[in-house]
Amino acid sequence: MAHFTKATSIKDWFNQRLAVEKLEKVMMSEYWIPKNINFLWAMGMVLVITFVLLVVSGIFLLMYYVPTTDGAFYSVNYTIMREVDFGWLWRHVHGVAASVVFLIIYIHMFTGIYYGSYKKGRELIWISGMLLFVAFSAEAFSGYMLPWGQMSYWAGMVITNLFSGGSLHADGLVEWIRGDYVPAQAFLGRFFMLHVLLIPLAIMGLIGLHFGALRIPHVNNQDGEEIDFEHEAKKYLDGDKAGSKVMRFANDFMSKDMMVVGVFLIFFFYLVFYNYGFAMDPVNFDPADGLKTPAHIYPEWYFLWSYEILRPFNIDLGLVLFAFAQVIFVLLPFLDRSPNTCAANRRGPLFAVWFWLMLSNMIVLTAMGKLPPEGIFSTIGLVSAVLFVVMWLALPIITSMEKKV
Amino acid sequence: MENNSRRGFMGKAFGAVAGVGAVASLYAMKKSWDPLPSVKAAGFTTLDMTIYQENVMVTEKWRGKPIFVLKQSAKMLEKAKENPRDIERLVEIAGAHYMVCVGLCTHLGCIPAFRPASNDFKCACHGGEFDASGMVQMVPPPRGFDIPPFKIDGSKLVLGEAGPEWQAMKDNGITL
Repeated sequence: MAHFTKATSIKDWFNQRLAVEKLEKVMMSEYWIPKNINFLWAMGMVLVITFVLLVVSGIFLLMYYVPTTDGAFYSVNYTIMREVDFGWLWRHVHGVAASVVFLIIYIHMFTGIYYGSYKKGRELIWISGMLLFVAFSAEAFSGYMLPWGQMSYWAGMVITNLFSGGSLHADGLVEWIRGDYVPAQAFLGRFFMLHVLLIPLAIMGLIGLHFGALRIPHVNNQDGEEIDFEHEAKKYLDGDKAGSKVMRFANDFMSKDMMVVGVFLIFFFYLVFYNYGFAMDPVNFDPADGLKTPAHIYPEWYFLWSYEILRPFNIDLGLVLFAFAQVIFVLLPFLDRSPNTCAANRRGPLFAVWFWLMLSNMIVLTAMGKLPPEGIFSTIGLVSAVLFVVMWLALPIITSMEKKV
Repeated sequence: MENNSRRGFMGKAFGAVAGVGAVASLYAMKKSWDPLPSVKAAGFTTLDMTIYQENVMVTEKWRGKPIFVLKQSAKMLEKAKENPRDIERLVEIAGAHYMVCVGLCTHLGCIPAFRPASNDFKCACHGGEFDASGMVQMVPPPRGFDIPPFKIDGSKLVLGEAGPEWQAMKDNGITL
């Protein structure tokens, strides 16, 4: 048995049993962050805070929500919104955070693409991040079912139908996923379970993996410079704080991180209190009706780009391209053949154009996904969808042509 | 060395036990997600076909899905006769012809709306169109409306039970 001595303080008591001092060093004060970064490096912390907001507001909603097809709509729109004191607050925080979290995820993703933060040992950070994106998408979809309004029902119908695989007609699989011929009690019950237990567990595990994958390669910096962290840390600890290229995670970097979080939270609660409408589709304030399709079925804004890739084609080709769009980002570290790890604009004209065109094209796809599929919008949507696929296929070619900078 | 092989054997023995358990529990998990017997048993609907009027589209319900019933007028029937694929889709009961279809777009399952002026169906989700016999006229839907399994019982139609007429449609590839 390990040797324990009489504790000299409460901290010492914990130190002997949990090595809190060492833990604090490993996790915080001697976890080194490059100095050459900007506010975009705070998005990870913003996401952590948003996830906490989702969990806390979700806990309060869970106490009053009733997961039955008869009770769900009423429990959300009457019990939580009108009876529970501050019930509206939890619902609006939950709804707005669910939407805003995707905005931050996209910023986080494109920051990573721009600075090449998925290369040279950082592949696993990127892959675990994309798995988190998938898990968050599943969490968003399953949560969208729960109020059991018209959009919940019909989004559930359309998305589960995707699993029939077009001409494969795997209707048995679709019925198995639903537990019924159409979305009904069995469907609501299992998506409730997924939303409040299984997917959040997966998300928490993936966040652990994401952070773990960051530990050894460390955070990237604005120039993609390869830093000798041990050397720079020693310089810092020896007193040359100004000359060292790194700083402590806590409290040095954290203080700036939390500054950005503070600005974000002001923006976030402005939305929650004054502009929550964008996260609450008016159609979903009608109870689910299996015999009436809403005039337009569209997903929330963060799924529109991939929805638009599905839409202009016949069902089989549409599904193939949709699946392509879902997985292709995961493969980015292997499709980018260039030896350079630095900002997109400095990697030569080809990749710079690719990056900005990809970003604009996804914004165009998002806009077209919201507009009715008619006339010129259909054509723009089709061109954008084709462009998306072509650009990904071209990526290995243009990046292998890139010169070392 | 002897220890190693004994540990190896214990490892393999545990692996075998755990493997059987894993497969068995996966089976149980799969079965727990299956539709319940009560859900399956509620899958029959009987329609009295004498109450329908020509040109009036009626939506019935079977297995939670909308069923479009449209008694064909002489004009519709004439148009359907021009195309064998159309006329074969209609159900004939006591001399009258009916379109009886699952009213879900075969693309992604939205409910198309009937347009009485042009006697056809239009899906708002992705713009698919179907004619009065339920045949697809404009993509993205890959095929006409599905026809639910039916059995003709005098002037009644039982949905959910496969009769010879429906079986013939299925064998001829008119429906899935």
